[in-house]
Amino acid sequence: MLTRSPHDVVVVGAGVVGAACAYYATLAGLSAAVVDRGPVAGGTTGAGEGNLLVSDKEPGPELDLALLSTRLWRELAESGDGFGEAIEYEPKGGLVVASGQPGADALRAFAAAQRAAGVAAEEIAGDRLRELEPHLAPGLAGGFHYPQDAQVQPALAAARLLRAARLAGAEVRLGETVTAVRTGRDGSVLGLTTDRGRIDAPAVVNAAGTWGGALAELAGVALPVLPRRGFVLVTEPLPRIVRHKVYAADYVADVASGSAGLQTSAVVEGTPAGPVLIGASRERVGFDRTLSVEVLRRLAGQAAALFPVLAGVTVQRAYRGFRPYLPDHLPAIGADPRRPGLYHACGHEGAGIGLAPATGLLISRQLVGKQPELDLTPFRADRFAAAPDGGPGQGSGSGQGRGTASGPDSGSGRGPEAGSGVGQGERRD
Amino acid sequence: MPTSQSERPESPESPESPESSEALGPVGRAGGEVYDLAVVGAGPAGLAAAVTAAELGLRCALVDAGPRPGGQYYRHPAPGLGAARPERLHHGWAAFARLSGRLKAHTGARRLDYLTDHHIWTMERGEIWQLHATLGSEWTGAAGRAVVRARSVLLATGAYERQLPFPGWTLPGVVTAGGAQAMLKSGLVLPGRRIVVAGSGPLLLAAASSLVSAGAEVPAVVEATDYLHYARSLATLAANPAKLVEGARHGVTLLRHGVRLRRGSAVVEAHGTDRVTAVTVARLDRDWRPVPGTARRIACDALAVGHGLVPQIELATELGARIRRTPDGTVALAVDDGLRTSLPGLWAAGETCGVGGADLAVAEGESAARVIAGRPVPAALRAFRQRRRAFAELMAAAHRPGPGWPQWLRADTEVCRCEEVPAARIREAVTELGAADARTVKLLTRAGMGWCQGRMCGPAVACLSGGGPARADSRPLARPVPLAQLADLEPS
Repeated sequence: MLTRSPHDVVVVGAGVVGAACAYYATLAGLSAAVVDRGPVAGGTTGAGEGNLLVSDKEPGPELDLALLSTRLWRELAESGDGFGEAIEYEPKGGLVVASGQPGADALRAFAAAQRAAGVAAEEIAGDRLRELEPHLAPGLAGGFHYPQDAQVQPALAAARLLRAARLAGAEVRLGETVTAVRTGRDGSVLGLTTDRGRIDAPAVVNAAGTWGGALAELAGVALPVLPRRGFVLVTEPLPRIVRHKVYAADYVADVASGSAGLQTSAVVEGTPAGPVLIGASRERVGFDRTLSVEVLRRLAGQAAALFPVLAGVTVQRAYRGFRPYLPDHLPAIGADPRRPGLYHACGHEGAGIGLAPATGLLISRQLVGKQPELDLTPFRADRFAAAPDGGPGQGSGSGQGRGTASGPDSGSGRGPEAGSGVGQGERRD
Repeated sequence: MPTSQSERPESPESPESPESSEALGPVGRAGGEVYDLAVVGAGPAGLAAAVTAAELGLRCALVDAGPRPGGQYYRHPAPGLGAARPERLHHGWAAFARLSGRLKAHTGARRLDYLTDHHIWTMERGEIWQLHATLGSEWTGAAGRAVVRARSVLLATGAYERQLPFPGWTLPGVVTAGGAQAMLKSGLVLPGRRIVVAGSGPLLLAAASSLVSAGAEVPAVVEATDYLHYARSLATLAANPAKLVEGARHGVTLLRHGVRLRRGSAVVEAHGTDRVTAVTVARLDRDWRPVPGTARRIACDALAVGHGLVPQIELATELGARIRRTPDGTVALAVDDGLRTSLPGLWAAGETCGVGGADLAVAEGESAARVIAGRPVPAALRAFRQRRRAFAELMAAAHRPGPGWPQWLRADTEVCRCEEVPAARIREAVTELGAADARTVKLLTRAGMGWCQGRMCGPAVACLSGGGPARADSRPLARPVPLAQLADLEPS
């Protein structure tokens, strides 16, 4: 009996990565469905700052991915219909600053290597930094300007990409929870079972972000995705006092660290709506949603050290999120050789917004059997040995897709504002 | 009702008035002391809890955002106004006078520290709880912060008013029902001369009664429900005669002044250019959809409108305290018979457990203090609480907004006033962009991201986005905090 699957591919997760996967799959002529237990941008996407960064990445596979993605975001923003405006695309550039001479020297060496890989980076002497950012603290040793860095509003970016996919024929199923990945006798994927029924498709894309380990487990494979918590402070609306994405050189080291302990380094930027966003903290504490007073203290102090004018403003709100972290800080992208028909598109840590279009494009290439633009070997999901202690899905966030709140108890799992914190750009050691 | 922690930009009278000359005792500054109990909020529940705890020998701190005790319910004129008879505006004045007398005695005898102008923005759990405060609006520098340490905490942070938008609701002259009462009680002023009172809930009758007593003309009280719910629960009504008397007293006052009560109706539009000059009132069907052909215009120069109260509980829910859905569609803290929340060391009393009025709040505050002190709760007090709670649930069910109210909205009606988000943008986020709950609508439209942090538009946005599961609003910072004060925190 021959039955044709109604879909060529089903994407699990309606965050920005899932939306991009659906978008590029439909663009490639595939029939796609997207399923998520929550709404669009309900997980880490909705808690990010929306940075599209090359500045914090050293040469290597992630930088290649970021450069491709930067180009794709620009093409999307310029694609017409006011798409760029709708997702608040701002090619505003990044500015990395060093307080002392050793830091400035390290930045210079780092930038030289990046330039060789295709990154535009311009050295700014200490006495010229305030031409770019008039409110920066005096006396900084120097910095680098990265004109390719940009920003989008991440929830809008995900929602608009998903809408474009839907208008191109994708089926979007929100509020539907995946309960099983169905496989055939030969082990290959046949589709999904959900709390509302069945979705048949010969390909499943795991774009479940921080919950990607749990989805992998449903498919019978291990993927050690862990949550790495971040907080963002949001100031009262201010006139444009911060023009670029500005961060201290220590941020690069924090991002690269694998430590479970708390790390903070100020990442400061303005938004079109007026508030200034202050990140970035990193700590591995499972899915604990409790506000950390210590994180607030450090971020506030570090932000005021970069921009003394911020000492006089009010912090209006704060939010937290959980970055999907893989032990080597690289995402899992592409076909999983252990489970034919299963593709991964998760584990982007804090860089998911920036890396989403490239991820979606590369997976669509694999799905139609074409050669992807980049070598996906470094992103293979089977690159990890057996799952580390604790395994995937640490904490309470089991289940699939970007999640829903787990009932009336707001204290566990994902609730409002869950998702990745800040610093959409990430770099490995 | 007590709302010690809320900012209500629409209220012409905020808790922080310039003179904090407190007649009741020294304005305390929290030192290094670890209290047995910290009570957050000095409205009816918090006041009752603090004085009871002090009488039972607990070292207690009463922490409040306002300069004077009483919260939103026991509002009273600023000392400078020289009001001769504040009790004339208050039905519960005698009870408040007794509570504040006890507070004065205990603060005078140093048995209780009463900390005014302390806005708690977060709490840290532990054997010893730490309550982080910012000290009123004039303290923006690093020095304007405090930490209160205590072995147990009682949350009595009250509630804030629920608003449902309609065309014209942002016009000057449109105030909240509670705001109108607050203007009267603490500023001795009326929002207008000819005031329509509208919305749903028992606060309307109380507000209208206060307004006419103070000399205003009230051409109509427009109540969206038909009160049939009450009649269906005669046993609960019969068990709460005082509540019926209270309602009857308001009714008599209104009758005497010739005020007409329009049930099953709503103000569906306010008219005017610089200020409200008239409202359109329409009859509603059982789902609160306006019935065509029933609209009529009423001239007025002010409109006081409110749809009940929303418990203010984020200090607890941000720590993961369990919640329950109340019959009127809000979310309250879940507590046990001893008013314990699901978090060890944290109790709640009054509106935080579900809106129920001042006398229930006092009873709960007193009960909680007794439990915290390890004393029994007298059977009579327990029974009183149960009766009033049952009555509160009955009222909440009667005044739950009907699902048809969004039909009042036009595409350009502003739903979020802080961020100026019209209804059409919210509907687009739901139908076009995949939002299915208030949080996602907020991310996609900015509705609820402004100064009030969604306290004003939150219930409306939740309704327009299809509701989603019962969930407390996410506010990791319960109120804005100067950045310098965050930077000045003790390292941990």
